[in-house]
Order: sequence, then structure tokens, then C-alpha cells
Amino acid sequence: MRTEPVADFAGLPDHAFDHRVVTWWGTLAFMALEGMGFVLSYGVFLYIMWLNPQWPVGFPPQPLFWSTVFTAVMVLSLVPNWLVMQRTKAKDNASLRWLLVLMSTISLVLLVIRWFEFTALTLRWDTNVYGSVVWVLLGLHTLHLATEATDNIVMTALYFTGHVPEKRFTDADENAMYWVFVVVGWLPLYGLIYFAPRLGSG
Amino acid sequence: MTLQGFTSAQANTDRGPRDIGQPIEEVRARLSQTWASQGGLWGWLTTVDHKIIGRRYIITAFVFLLLGGVLAAVMRAQLARPESGLISPDLYNQLFTMHGTTMMFLFAVPVMEAFAVYLVPLMVGTRNIAFPRLNAFSFYVYLFGGLMIWIAFALNIGPDIGWFAYVPLAGPEFSPGKRADIWAQMITFTEVAALATSVEIVVTVFKQRAPGMTLDRIPLFVWTQVVTAFMVIFAMPAVMTSSTLLILDRLVGTHFYNPAEGGDALLWQHLFWFFGHPEVYIIFIPATGMVSEIITTFTRRPVFGYLFLVLALIAVGFLSFGLWVHHMFVTGIAELGASYFTASSMLIAVPNGIQIFCWIATLWGGRPKFKTPLLFVIGFLIIFVLGGLTGVMLASVPLDTQVHDSYFVVAHFHYVLIGGAVFPLLGGVYYWFPKLTGRMLSERLGQWNFALAFVGFNVAFFPMHILGLAGMPRRIYTYPEASGWGTLNMIASIGAVVFALSFVLFLWNVMASLKRGAVAGDNPWDAPTLEWATTSPPPPQNFDRVPIVTSRYPLWRHPDTLPVGTGLALDTREIVLTTVVEGRADVRVTSPNPDIWPFITAVVVGVTFIGSIFNGWVALVGLVPIGIGLIGWGWPSGSVEDES
Repeated sequence: MRTEPVADFAGLPDHAFDHRVVTWWGTLAFMALEGMGFVLSYGVFLYIMWLNPQWPVGFPPQPLFWSTVFTAVMVLSLVPNWLVMQRTKAKDNASLRWLLVLMSTISLVLLVIRWFEFTALTLRWDTNVYGSVVWVLLGLHTLHLATEATDNIVMTALYFTGHVPEKRFTDADENAMYWVFVVVGWLPLYGLIYFAPRLGSG
Repeated sequence: MTLQGFTSAQANTDRGPRDIGQPIEEVRARLSQTWASQGGLWGWLTTVDHKIIGRRYIITAFVFLLLGGVLAAVMRAQLARPESGLISPDLYNQLFTMHGTTMMFLFAVPVMEAFAVYLVPLMVGTRNIAFPRLNAFSFYVYLFGGLMIWIAFALNIGPDIGWFAYVPLAGPEFSPGKRADIWAQMITFTEVAALATSVEIVVTVFKQRAPGMTLDRIPLFVWTQVVTAFMVIFAMPAVMTSSTLLILDRLVGTHFYNPAEGGDALLWQHLFWFFGHPEVYIIFIPATGMVSEIITTFTRRPVFGYLFLVLALIAVGFLSFGLWVHHMFVTGIAELGASYFTASSMLIAVPNGIQIFCWIATLWGGRPKFKTPLLFVIGFLIIFVLGGLTGVMLASVPLDTQVHDSYFVVAHFHYVLIGGAVFPLLGGVYYWFPKLTGRMLSERLGQWNFALAFVGFNVAFFPMHILGLAGMPRRIYTYPEASGWGTLNMIASIGAVVFALSFVLFLWNVMASLKRGAVAGDNPWDAPTLEWATTSPPPPQNFDRVPIVTSRYPLWRHPDTLPVGTGLALDTREIVLTTVVEGRADVRVTSPNPDIWPFITAVVVGVTFIGSIFNGWVALVGLVPIGIGLIGWGWPSGSVEDES
């Protein structure tokens, strides 16, 4: 088929942020499908809780200390994460490198706290359905956290090995956006696992 | 025409010479080189060309269709006469489980996504799908999942729990061994693949449409694929959740579905059908896109009620999430709940009806050319309406209670799924085969193909309505002579033979036409959408210059000379991103080049998924190599595409 040039794309910018690029939409789509998985897991918890007149089944609610420490660190991590988002837009390579080191460290610290959180649980996954749902919800979020910790570390490594073309700022920005999702996804789980049993009939 | 919405030109990265002022032959040759996949096995494993991956997806899905069809034929041979001893009860359980599982998870959903992978980038006028490496990964994961379950079946450890694997039957107490685990893990494979493809489709359509393709100029097939992709994104996590909990119950002793320890068997049904009902529309909606494209082309007029068709699609997408409990009417749910789900199940007939009326109006007002693709669409209209009517009947609790788990239901869902999806799909194959291969399928064989399929299908499945009303339950490996079901079963089996013959003819047509079919040219049907603006088959770069869209039917608006844009790199893979709503050219970015890491990662994921069936620790240990695979995949390779 014959063609007739009527427009020239040469003057278009070769990188952008947020909704102007495909990776932002891709990240959003993955957040949607993973978010759906989280919503369903909340639903499973509530369904099982609704089904069992005695809740939690056979055990007292789970201890609060490590989970609360974990939650506090997660929420506080939003501050350096917000700074990452600001510095990516400013293309401030020097500050970003150290902020990414900080975020990587925080995610590793969170994994250690999560380990203590698991060891503090008073029942196993195969004890009864209460144990099953607590372990699986916690495990699901741990997988989420471990994935994002790896992302943080890889992103940091990229910034320390000279792989910082313009589009890498977009990558760091979207990685920070995903971290917000990891934090926000946790808060309902924290409420369900640790506080719903305290509010329930048990 | 000028482009709007540019930000001022910035200090752009050097991506080499651009196509401005170059003769089109030079542009074509250099772009073909830039976008080509490598040769040999390495090239086969590293390609990220959506057309090559899409073709593989289509062929693989059709192989699974044939395998699933052979299982159906064996079942019909067993049921043709009463008290037949051809098949043992155990093998029969595996047969119907493998048939349903193969058709739903390995054929119907993947084949529709396969067509999206091939066609959507061409129809929206871009050079590759968004996230092409994820696309390659998705195919390999799908292939490995299909191979796993079929190899298990060949080794006599095929699942035997039905395609919806109800607990407690599928649980550890009643299904010892590995059969149910293999089923559940196959779900993980296929859903990972489907979710990845859906993300690609959504982003391709949102961001990579040709400049000028506003929302109301998007081809209807593309609209259907976007709606479907969103449905996959919100429905498939439910089946992944349910199957993961099942595996955990079976392998590490959790109690989600165990009432003795506070769990619940109906939790499975809720989670499964929350996915399972949208699943039907995930299969059906893309088929309606094929119907719209075929009807438009063969009536050679704009489709009637484009806006209503798009709104109806979206409405079906939303409503399909509110019907799942109609699969559970006999589980003793509350009356109010049953009434709600009856109403919602009947409500979805409204947008579906709107679509049917729009298609009929288009046909009515045009002068349709009854080529094979349109014949299959006519077959679709008749069969799907019949299936839809029995669907409305089944939405009613009293009737559903009577015929639940009977052959009436088997008849209903085959009318809906084969009529609603397979007939349009075959029409779609006849329609797009010239684009994929450069050759036409034989029209004469096509007409015979349609006639045999239409007659064979109805002879095979219509009697099942009567058998169901007469009380014949589904999933029985034989029945007594005194039941009186023998004659109708024999008729159904004869119909199945005729239906199977139609597929033999279809395969023959494909094989023969690949070698000797008439050369198609760019646009043999005088169709209006962008995939027909390029050569058949398309070159690696899809389009030598990116089209500029000024109409919903660009090739009818510009039959001789297509408006295009210039200014993209020749020696670097470069594409144009546009704004989501208005489709204005916005950013010029690179598209990933071939890479081996998606294949390596898929292999590692496959080994982990399969290994975890036998030892739960493999799931944890496997995260390390999967992580390495993903890092290798994402780490810049030094190419201009990766570094700029």
C-alpha cells in the first residue's frame, strides 16, 4: 500500500514519567492483579472467620509486638520512598544512589523483623484453619516483600554500576510506586490477622 | 496534518539515523534487519516478535484442541451404546477431566489470547506488543503447563477430578496420589501465562495505538481484547488463590477446605466460580470481536451501533462477575441470594441481546457476501442464541435444581462455548489466515467445513438436551439399557463423528492451502482495519512507517494512500507511544530486542512448579533461580534498546 508522510515523530521526547510510559501502566496492571489476589485473601480470611462462631479457633489472638514493629517500619519507610520519587523526577543521581541503599537496607531489615514475626506465632499452619489462614496471609505478604526487596537491591546495583541512562529514573520512580503498594497491601492484613480476632466473639 | 501535544524536543539519546527522506525501499530493508529475529535454534528461543510468538500460541492451542477433541471422541464411542465396556471407569474419569481442562485452560482462553498477541499490535498500528519479552515468557510457561498435564495423563497419572476439581473429592482425603496436584499446578502455569498476556494487551492498546486512533476509532476486536484482558486481571487471581490453597491443603496440611478443622468445602466453589463464570465470557467476548470484524468486512458497511456494542461489552464484563453463585444453586444457599443471582444471570442476557441485534441490523442493512468466515458467523448466531436461551432457563432455580449435573447442562455449555467461541474462531481463522500466511484457504473446502461442522455439532449436542431432561447425569462412564437413553446417545455419537470430520477437513484445508492456496495480497477481503495495510504475512517491523489514523475504518477512508508518520530510527527498535484517550503521539521509545532470559526464566519457573508438587521446599528453594532469571532478564545487555 502506498503511504504519504503527514507527520514527523523526530521531535518527540525519548523518555517520560508516569502515565506517559508503558512501564508505569504495566506496573499498575500488575498492582491490579496482585491487589485482586490480596482482596481475595482478605475475603478468604473474613469468610472463614464468619463461618466459625468461635474465632480465633482454639487459640488466643496472635502476639502484637513484632507485627507492630514491622508495621511501624513499613509506614516510616514511606518517607525515604517519597524522597526517591522526588529525586527521580529531579534526575538527582547522587542523592538517589544513597536513598536506594537506604531503601534496600530497610527492606532487608523488614525481612528480618518478619522472621521474628513468624517465630512469635503461637500455632502452626497445620494446627487448624486459623493457623492456616494466618500463615498463608503472612507468607503471601512475605513473598511480596521479598520480591520488592530484590527489586530495590537490583535497582541500587544498577545505580552503582553506571547503568543510569535517562530511562533508569523512570524505573526507580516506578519501583518506588510499587513500594507504596507493598505497604498499603500490608495494612489491611495487619488489621485482619492481629486485630480482627481481638474484636471477634472469641 | 500536524502532531499535537509535543513537549519541547529534549536532549535526545542518539539512536542512529532516522527514516526521514529515505526511499521507502531503503527504509523497509533496514527496518526488516533491525526488527528481525535471529536464525536457528537460538533465534527460535530468543525471539520477541509478537507475530512469531502469536503464531506459536495459535498452533499450540489448536494442537490442544485436537487432543481434547480426541478425548471427546473416545468418550462418545464409549457412550454410543449402553453398558459398553470400551473404557474403564477410572480412565473415563481422567478422560472427562482432561477434556474439560484441556478445552478450557489449554485451548479456549489461550487461543483467544493467541489471536490478540498476533493481531492487536497490527490492528492498532504498532511494531511490537508491549513487554515483548514477557510475551515470550508467557508462551513458554503455557507450553510447559500443557506438556506437564498431558505427559502425566500419558503416564496414567492424569487428573480425574473434573475440570472444576470440587473438594472434598479433590482434597487429600479422597484423592491421594499426585493427580489432583498436577491439575492444580497446571492452573498455576496457565494463569501466570494468561495474566502476563493480559497486561501486555492492556498496555499495548492504551499506549501504543497509532496516532489518531481515538477511543472511538479502536477496532471492535481490539475493544473485546481489552475488556477480556481486564476480566482476566480481576478473575484469574481467584482460581490461582483457590488452587494454591488446594495444593497447600494437599501438600503441607493446611485446612482451608477441611470442615473438621474449621475450613469449608464451599469456599472452593465460591473462589472457583468467581473465576469460572467470568471465564466463560473471557472465552466468548474475544469471539464477539471476531464476529464484528467479519460482519463489517463482508457486509462492507460500518457496523451498526458501534457505541452500543462497546458499552455492551463493558457491561458484560462487569456483570459476569456477579453471577457465579448460579453454579451453586443446589448447595443450599439462602433464598434471597438465589433470587439475586437468578436476576443477575438473566440481566446479562440484555447486553448480549444488544450485540446480537446490532449484528443482525448490520447484516440486514448491507449486502452480505457469504464467504466462509461469514458462514461461520451465521452458524454462531443460530447456535449461540439457542445456548443463550437454555442459559436463561438455567438461571431459574427450580429448573436448575431439576437438571443440575445432567446432560442438559452439558448441551447448554457446549452450545454456548462451541457456538459462541469455536464457530467465530473458525470464521476468524478463515478470515485472517491470508494475513498470517500470505495464502487463501480454499473457499470450496471451507463451505464443506462449515456445513459438516454445523450439522455435526447440532446432531451431536441437541439430543443431549433431551437426555438431560430424561435424567441422564453427566460424568457417568456408562448407563443401563433399560434407561432408554441408547438411541439418543447413538445419534449424538454419530453427530460427533460428523463434527470430527469437519475438523479433519479444516486441517486438510490448512495444510493444502499453506502449499497451494491462492496468493492473498495485502488485503484480499477489502477489509477496513490496519492489519490489512501491510504485507501478508507482515514484515518483522509490521509497518514501514507508522500509520496515522483519521477514521474508524482507515483503509476504507484511504483506500489507495495511507497517511503515515516519519522520524523513527532505522537501526534501533523504536516505537511511538500515544496518549491513552486521544491517541496523540507523545513519546518515542525503544522496544526490547531478542533475549534468552525469558526462556531460561520460564524453564526455571516450570521446574519449580513441577518440583513443588513432589516436595514443598522446592517452591521456596526455586525462588532463588527464578530471582536470578528475572535479574538476568532485567539487567541491561548493553544494546541501544536496553541502555537508552
